[in-house]
Amino acid sequence: MFRFALTRIGMALPTLLIVAVSVFVLIRLIPGDPAQLMLGDLATPASLADLRARLGLDQSLPVQFGIWIGNVLTGDFGQSISSQQAVLPLILQRFWISAQIVLVAVLLASCVAVPAGVIAAWKQDSAVDLGLVATATLLLSIPTFWLGLLLLLFFGLKLEWLPVVGYVSIAENPWAGILYLVMPIMTLFLHEIGVILRMARASTLEVLRLDYITHARAKGLSERAVLWRHAFKNAFGPTWTLIGLVLGNLLGGIAVVETVFTIPGLGRLLVDAIFARDYPVIQGCMLFVAFTYVLVNLVIDLCYPVFDPRVTAQ
Amino acid sequence: MSIDSTTTGGASMKKPRRMKLPAPNAIVGGTLIGILLLAAGTGALWTPYDPLKLSFREKLAAPSALHWLGTDEFGRDVLSRLMAGAATSVWISILTVTLAVVFGTLIGLFSGYMRGWTDRIIMAFNDALLAFPGILLALGLLAVVGANKYGIIVALGIAYTPSVARVVRGTVLSLREREFIAASRVMGNAEAFTMARHILPNCIAPLTVLATSMFGYVLLAESALSFLGLGVPPPAPTWGNMLAGSRPYIGQAVWLGIFPGLAISLTLLGINLLGDAVRDRLDPRMRGSR
Repeated sequence: MFRFALTRIGMALPTLLIVAVSVFVLIRLIPGDPAQLMLGDLATPASLADLRARLGLDQSLPVQFGIWIGNVLTGDFGQSISSQQAVLPLILQRFWISAQIVLVAVLLASCVAVPAGVIAAWKQDSAVDLGLVATATLLLSIPTFWLGLLLLLFFGLKLEWLPVVGYVSIAENPWAGILYLVMPIMTLFLHEIGVILRMARASTLEVLRLDYITHARAKGLSERAVLWRHAFKNAFGPTWTLIGLVLGNLLGGIAVVETVFTIPGLGRLLVDAIFARDYPVIQGCMLFVAFTYVLVNLVIDLCYPVFDPRVTAQ
Repeated sequence: MSIDSTTTGGASMKKPRRMKLPAPNAIVGGTLIGILLLAAGTGALWTPYDPLKLSFREKLAAPSALHWLGTDEFGRDVLSRLMAGAATSVWISILTVTLAVVFGTLIGLFSGYMRGWTDRIIMAFNDALLAFPGILLALGLLAVVGANKYGIIVALGIAYTPSVARVVRGTVLSLREREFIAASRVMGNAEAFTMARHILPNCIAPLTVLATSMFGYVLLAESALSFLGLGVPPPAPTWGNMLAGSRPYIGQAVWLGIFPGLAISLTLLGINLLGDAVRDRLDPRMRGSR
C-alpha cells in the first residue's frame, strides 16, 4: 500500500514539472519583452528594470525558469495588470466559487448515474437499457452552454422560480446563495449524468461476462447480491477514474457555464484575463487548474485500493 | 484480455455471415451528419437571404413563411445565418482535425521510430499537454496566437495534436517488431520507406476512428470558444456566437436561443451515435446477445 502510494506520487511529480515548463514556455512564446507583458503598457521604466532584474531576464532561460518556479512554489504568482492584486489570492477566491459548483454537480451526477448505469447493464438490450442509454446519449450531446440557457429560459424567465443571473456568496446569505447555484449545478449535473452513466454501463457489461459472475449465480446467490456485491465492486474502477477526469475537465471548461449565469468563478477570471491581455493572471490560472487536475487524479488513484486491493499488488 | 477477444472474434467470424441492416444508431447518426454536411455545403454557396444583411424593419420577427426560423435583433434571417454558420463550423473543424492529424502523425512516427530517450522526452511533453483539462490548453494558446478564426484553428489544432501522436506512436511500436516490417528491412528498404509504405497505412484505421470523435470535440470546442467571444468575431455567424448574441433577447425572442443550440446538439448527437456504431462493430463483446 505504502509502496503503491509512493510510486504513484513519484509518477505525478515529473508531470507537474513538465506542466509548469509548458505554461512557462507558452507565455514566453508571446513576442515582446516578458517584463513589459507582465506589467502592461503603463509600466514605468524603473518598475520594468526592477522586474527584469527579479525575473532574471539577463540570464539563461533555465535560470529564468528556476527563478519563476521558485516564486510559484512560495505562492508568488505575480500581480494582475488590470486589478493590481496579487494573482494567487485572486485565483483562490474565484476557485472556491467554481469548485462548489463542480463538486456538488459531479457528486449528485455520480449518485444517480452509477446505479442507473449498472441497472442498464444488468437489463442489457431491454427497454429499460435502451431508454437509459438513449437519455444518456442525448444529455451528453447537449452542450452545457445551451442546456444552461434552456434552464434559464424555463425556470428563470417562464416559471420565475429561480434568479436568472448573478451570484451571492453562501457565507453571506445562505438561502439566496443556494438559489443562485441551483441552475449552474443542475446544468453540469444533467450533462455529466450522460457521461458517467455510459461509462458505468460499459464497465459493468465487461464484468458481467466474466466466469466468476456465472459462478456466483451458479452457487445460488440472488441477482441483487451478484450485481451489487460481486459485479459492482469490480466494475466501479473505470467509473471512479472517469469521475476524476470529469472533475478536472469541468474545471477546465467551466467558463462557458459561468458566462451563461454570470458567475464570477475561475473560468470567467481566465477568459476576462485573455480579453484584457492580463498575462500574469492567464499564466496563474493555467498553472493552477492544470496542477489541480493532476492532483485530483492523483488523489483518485490513491483511493483506488480502498475498493480494489488488487492494484497495490505489483 | 486482448488474446481472449481475438479468439472469440475469430470463432464467430467462421459462421456464415448474413447481410444485416446497419444498426439503428448508425442510421440515425448518419442521417443527422448527412443533414449537417448538406446544410454546410449549401450554406457555403447559397443561403435564402444574405446572412449579414441588416433589416431593422424586420428585427426580432418570429418564425414565419418568409423567415422560417425568424430574424435576430438586427433583422438578419436566422436560417441563413445557421447555414452560413454550419459552413464556417464544419470548415474550421475539418482544418483543425487535419492540422492535428498531420502534426500528430509526424510526431508519433518520429517518436516511435527513434525510441529510447528521444521517444521518452517527446512523450513526456506529449503527455503533459494531455494533462491540461478540457479546453484549458486551447484557451491558453488563444492568449498567445490571438482570438480569431485562424487563432482558433491553430489553438485547437495544437491542443488535439498530442492525442493523435499518442495513437500513432502506439501503433508504430506495436508494429515495428512484426515480421512484415522485418521483411521490408531485410529487403534493403530504407527506414523512411518502410515507415511510409508499411507502417503508416496501418495507422489509418485507428486514426479514422479518432478523427471522427475529434471532429465532434472540435466542433463543440469551437462553438464554446465562439460563445465566450474568443472565436470567430461577429458579424460573421457561427452557432456559438449566435447563441451568445441571443442572451439579451432570449425573453422576447425564444427562437434566437433555440435553433443554434438545437443545431449544435443534433450534430453532436449524430457524431456520438455514429461513434457508438463504429465501436460496436469493432468490439463485438459490447453488442450483447442480439
